[in-house]
Amino acid sequence: MSTDNTISRRGLFMKMGILFNGLVATALAVPVVRFLLSSVTRGRANGYLSWISLGTVNQFPEGETRLATFRNPYVTPTDGKTADTACWVRRIAGDQFQVFAINCAHLGCPVRWFPQSSLFMCPCHGGAYYQDGSRASGPPERGLFLYPYKIQDGLVSIQAGELPTPGASAALLGKKLPCA
Amino acid sequence: MRLIAQIGEWFDRRLQLAAPIREVAEHPVPRSTASWWYVFGSAALVVFMLQLVTGIMLALIYVPSASEAWNSLQSLNHDVTLGWFIRALHGWGSNFMVAIVLIHMVQVFLFGAFKFPRELTWVVGVFLLLMTLGMAFTGQVLRFDQDAYWGLGLGASIASRVPLLGPAIVKLMLGGPIIAGATLSRFFALHVFVIPGMLIGFVGLHLLMVIKLGINEWPMPGRLVKKATYEHDYHELTQKDGAPFVPYAVWKDLFFAAFILLAVAACAAYFGPYGPSGQPDPTIIQTAPKPDYFFLWLYAVLSFLPPSMETPALLIGPVIVIGALLLLPFLSGEGEKSWRRRPIAVLTILLVAVMLATFTHLAGYTPWSPQMNAWSGEPIPPRFLQHRTALERQGALVFQAKQCHNCHALEGKGGQRGPALDSVAVQLTQDQLIRQVIQGGGNMPSYGKNLSPSETTALVAFLKTLHPAGQSPARDASRAVAFGENRENPSAVRPSSQP
Repeated sequence: MSTDNTISRRGLFMKMGILFNGLVATALAVPVVRFLLSSVTRGRANGYLSWISLGTVNQFPEGETRLATFRNPYVTPTDGKTADTACWVRRIAGDQFQVFAINCAHLGCPVRWFPQSSLFMCPCHGGAYYQDGSRASGPPERGLFLYPYKIQDGLVSIQAGELPTPGASAALLGKKLPCA
Repeated sequence: MRLIAQIGEWFDRRLQLAAPIREVAEHPVPRSTASWWYVFGSAALVVFMLQLVTGIMLALIYVPSASEAWNSLQSLNHDVTLGWFIRALHGWGSNFMVAIVLIHMVQVFLFGAFKFPRELTWVVGVFLLLMTLGMAFTGQVLRFDQDAYWGLGLGASIASRVPLLGPAIVKLMLGGPIIAGATLSRFFALHVFVIPGMLIGFVGLHLLMVIKLGINEWPMPGRLVKKATYEHDYHELTQKDGAPFVPYAVWKDLFFAAFILLAVAACAAYFGPYGPSGQPDPTIIQTAPKPDYFFLWLYAVLSFLPPSMETPALLIGPVIVIGALLLLPFLSGEGEKSWRRRPIAVLTILLVAVMLATFTHLAGYTPWSPQMNAWSGEPIPPRFLQHRTALERQGALVFQAKQCHNCHALEGKGGQRGPALDSVAVQLTQDQLIRQVIQGGGNMPSYGKNLSPSETTALVAFLKTLHPAGQSPARDASRAVAFGENRENPSAVRPSSQP
């Protein structure tokens, strides 16, 4: 029996046992949490974002907007078709391009291009965009997401690898995101 | 028979479970609770067990890999004996489970069963509802087709709007930078291990409290709940006017549970399994993704929120709703239980039901979306073209070619995004039509850059013919004064004359 001031041998051992377990649990929690958060913490390090070629410049006639597809730079063995991504390539003139993400800036549904009326329309909630990607009507808060592009050796390349989402471009310490 | 009794005795000597089980089964319940209104909780449990069994069976074949899942569902549907039926049972089981859980919740709410001392039972029930909806969403993802793929994009878009943490939450949810293999794997883990595990635990807690605290008595108007006296009164009620749960009340639960299982099986056999729809290939963009029915209302709400309201509504709305549900028993833990004396409770249920039904109905035909193929697939009805001038018919051609029909209906055919134009000439004058076409506004894109002046002239000439037979088109009275015109002159249309 222990009073307030004395600690029995068994009682001490029990407390030490709890403490010991707590220490081990904390030590184990570090790798567990790091594992769980790996998709967040790995960030843009391991080729999450890379330059990907969409084809030669000549594949995209001037003044037109064409659908292009590319394979995501970061793939895992089970990705299958899901690592293929589509985007809209607008060649304004010469080396002047705009490459839009396929995802509506509202909730990410695939927008379709209508060359006759020069509008992108979204089948989900009716967002519409002009040919330069700016918002025309509907629920989107902003224009279509733009991929950074470059022309090298006659190839159009974009910097891609992340699903563009409406929040990402607005948040996080004012850091400029590639697909914004 | 003797042998069976002996074996039973042998086990019970070691397990010592017979007595406590008998005690639980025969615990007295108020006679008024042996009602058909009290069967939904047990029905939800039975459907949950059906989901566990059919889910395990599906897991025997299903491959949780982004490259194989769709194929494994096809083989379940077509190759495996009765695979289609097990899939259908699981799919319809989820529909029934969501519905029954909601009905159970409404019954508990209207009968005041969340009041003292059953506050915690209600709180656990709210979590059970959230987990049920979580199972519904993750289950829809496992049916890895186009709807699942774009549904994940929708979820990611919503999650990304959380301030500061948004992008991190998206990556955590997707398991990587894009919707791909890792995404499906983690939703599989959630759907098969994490949420069901929590569900089983919470269902156990929920049931334990139902048994320990006793089932809510049938509410009588005027019999108020008071913390000081309720438990004593309830005890007295079960002693004086109680009956053993088994068999007095349980037979209704049994009948209803069997009926629900039969209904699930009938729906499964008749309607078959859900999908899968098209392959989850993000490069196939000719798709109009839609969620399963329990999330259709949300899909509809999302199209009506004005852009500035959307992020706050999406992030704060659920917090308010869940917060209100969790706080309900603490804000209204005593007092009147009967729905006859709680008009606001009844009106709240009616309002929520009407809202959900309306939004779900709207999501069935998505009037806010352009009808993508109307311009090429829905011809202009002949009566709008007969006895028209060449210019007006040219305008009709512009109307089709520029996809106006995708958003504007004629004779009920075509998109419903914008107003139907059958009688637009009565509502807008020529100048107003020109302005609307060129500048847009009111949720219409401006077509100033996409239409040549001659196309605009032709289109407006066509639009001016769209009025009911006996009704003359709208005209600007001041025009006659200003220009000395005594009648409308279609050939005077000149877009360049716009200010």
